[in-house]
Amino acid sequence: MKTLILAEHNGIELNPTVLQSVTAAQFWEAPIEIFVVGSNINAVAQQAASIVGVSRILQIDAEHLAPQLAEDVAELIASIGVEYQVILSTHSSYSRNILPRAAALLDVDVISDALEIHADNTYVRAIYSGNVNATIQSKDAIQILTVHGNNFVAANSNNSQVEIAKIAVQATQYQSRWVSEARFESARPALSSAKVVVSGGGSLGSAAGFDHLLSPLADKLGAALGASRAAIEAGFASSDILVGQSGIVVAPDLYIAVGISGAIQHTHGMKDSKVIVAINQDPDAPIFQVADYWLVGDLFKVVPELTATLQ
Amino acid sequence: MKILVAAKRVVDYNVKVSIKPDGTDVDVAGVKMSINPYDENAIEEALRLKAKGITTEVVVVSIGTAANQDVLRRAFAMGVDRAILVENDSNLQPLAVAKVLKSIVSREQPKLILLGKLSIDDDTSHTGQMLAALLDYPQGAFVSSLDVNENEVVVTREIDGGTETLALKLPAVITADQRLNEPRFVKLPNLMLARKKVIEIINGAELAIKLGIDIEPRQQLLKVAEPPKRKTGIKVGSVTELLEKLNAHEGIHI
Ligand SMILES: Cc1cc2nc3c(=O)[nH]c(=O)nc-3n(C[C@H](O)[C@H](O)[C@H](O)COP(=O)(O)OP(=O)(O)OC[C@H]3O[C@@H](n4cnc5c(N)ncnc54)[C@H](O)[C@@H]3O)c2cc1C
Ligand SMILES: Nc1ncnc2c1ncn2[C@@H]1O[C@H](COP(=O)(O)O)[C@@H](O)[C@H]1O
Repeated sequence: MKTLILAEHNGIELNPTVLQSVTAAQFWEAPIEIFVVGSNINAVAQQAASIVGVSRILQIDAEHLAPQLAEDVAELIASIGVEYQVILSTHSSYSRNILPRAAALLDVDVISDALEIHADNTYVRAIYSGNVNATIQSKDAIQILTVHGNNFVAANSNNSQVEIAKIAVQATQYQSRWVSEARFESARPALSSAKVVVSGGGSLGSAAGFDHLLSPLADKLGAALGASRAAIEAGFASSDILVGQSGIVVAPDLYIAVGISGAIQHTHGMKDSKVIVAINQDPDAPIFQVADYWLVGDLFKVVPELTATLQ
Repeated sequence: MKILVAAKRVVDYNVKVSIKPDGTDVDVAGVKMSINPYDENAIEEALRLKAKGITTEVVVVSIGTAANQDVLRRAFAMGVDRAILVENDSNLQPLAVAKVLKSIVSREQPKLILLGKLSIDDDTSHTGQMLAALLDYPQGAFVSSLDVNENEVVVTREIDGGTETLALKLPAVITADQRLNEPRFVKLPNLMLARKKVIEIINGAELAIKLGIDIEPRQQLLKVAEPPKRKTGIKVGSVTELLEKLNAHEGIHI
């Protein structure tokens, strides 16, 4: 049997998490194929073809596939799914949109965000917002899963190229139409991949407070800005920088939580960070339980001092 | 036009669940249960569409034990018109839930089906997309705003690093992100009135046999454990001390 990886890409380049999927897929010791769907994606397919450990690329290239609608991509996966023992992707809004739809068409359930792979049908995954780790065994004939990218080291690429098989498809008349996309433009690094993240909570008091206090610190650190839900609900920051269960899950080298209490819905989104710093005036704030370094103090004093001290 | 909303009963989001001493499962005995928060967003949105005159009837369905009646009563208190309980002793997994919901959709013929984007107990986030597949309907997953037109719904979906806008022909399946709306506050008198409302009860096992659908779990829980703890943190006394510690870390240069 074979393993199929659904490759996330933006039409121009492969998402780097595909390299982590390849490492996860190697667990099954079966030939690994990468499924690349889109429009004008020769370059993306070639990039996939140079990943070490992959045996073949399946490229489906058609104009109507440019937006990679779940309806289309799921149907394509389902049409070839029975040839595979495993179909996987890294856990993201992309894979979570498509794979469950494909799985239902194949009459299998999905293993979501696997942290560890223990056997060819046994996994550890987090439940209850990351409070509990569950070991589960799937009985499905095809294992369809998303894996927690950061838990798998990235595979390498080299100059070789494996076979790229191009599959032709007819344009579909689906009842779903792509209208537009808005990417959050920022001079700062993208939140989901930033090496340093500075996040603020509702305690920053105002949108101006949020900006005046945190932006200079983020600028000095070359950091992305994040926010807790309290900050967003109060209108201090826009919802696209929400960190947590309802927002983005980040795992930077350094995460600085400023005036954030540390509710599980928030820590769910940042507890995999390598080093966590928390600044909070409450010595019993739950955020200190996940912090590597914590400073009890008034953020309106501490943050300017920190910013000024940095070179 | 009719809207169907699916609502799950889950451990309240404020509760930190504990693990049974034998590690076989989480211990939810006596724990506060609530409606899954994202399902509250879904109900709220349906009610707002009703207030705008876009829909005439909002039906809510929950799958679970008799205890799920509390979730449906809360939905009544929020303002839904009808409630259906598909009673089942064991917890159904997403594919099975999607199959049961499909049968309710066949019966009710709603134009719009709203679910939460994720159940906060199992953290799966599959059911809506699976239901859409089984019905062969278009899907809008993780939706933070929606607009119903003549025969389509325009949705904005939260994707990594931005948003995407899609137009879906009705009937369609949508899963609600928390950013969709702020659910209304439920007043006590409404909760009292909701006690008198009638909940339609369907036997899940009988339904499955009648329709010939397989609702057996595909995944078996082998054990549960606490996630590995992070190393205990260090309290620092000053900004200078913090920077010293950080700079001593491999890979961090600030
Ligand atoms: C279904 C669901 C999903 C959710 N998803 C998310 C999510 O994705 N992300 C998220 O963040 N939240 C989420 N939440 C909300 C979450 O439960 C918390 O309410 C939220 O994270 C609190 O934000 P906060 O820590 O900024 O605010 P608060 O809880 O109000 O905490 C403020 C903190 O600031 C400290 N503070 C106040 N003043 C100062 C000062 N001058 N100096 C230093 N410290 C100070 C206080 O001691 C306190 O610890 C979700 C909730 C639900 C129900
Ligand atoms: N037992 C259930 N009863 C009713 N709705 C459910 C049930 N399980 C899941 N759902 C719906 O499916 C959504 C996503 O659930 P999940 O796929 O489990 O994350 C939930 O927010 C609910 O709207």
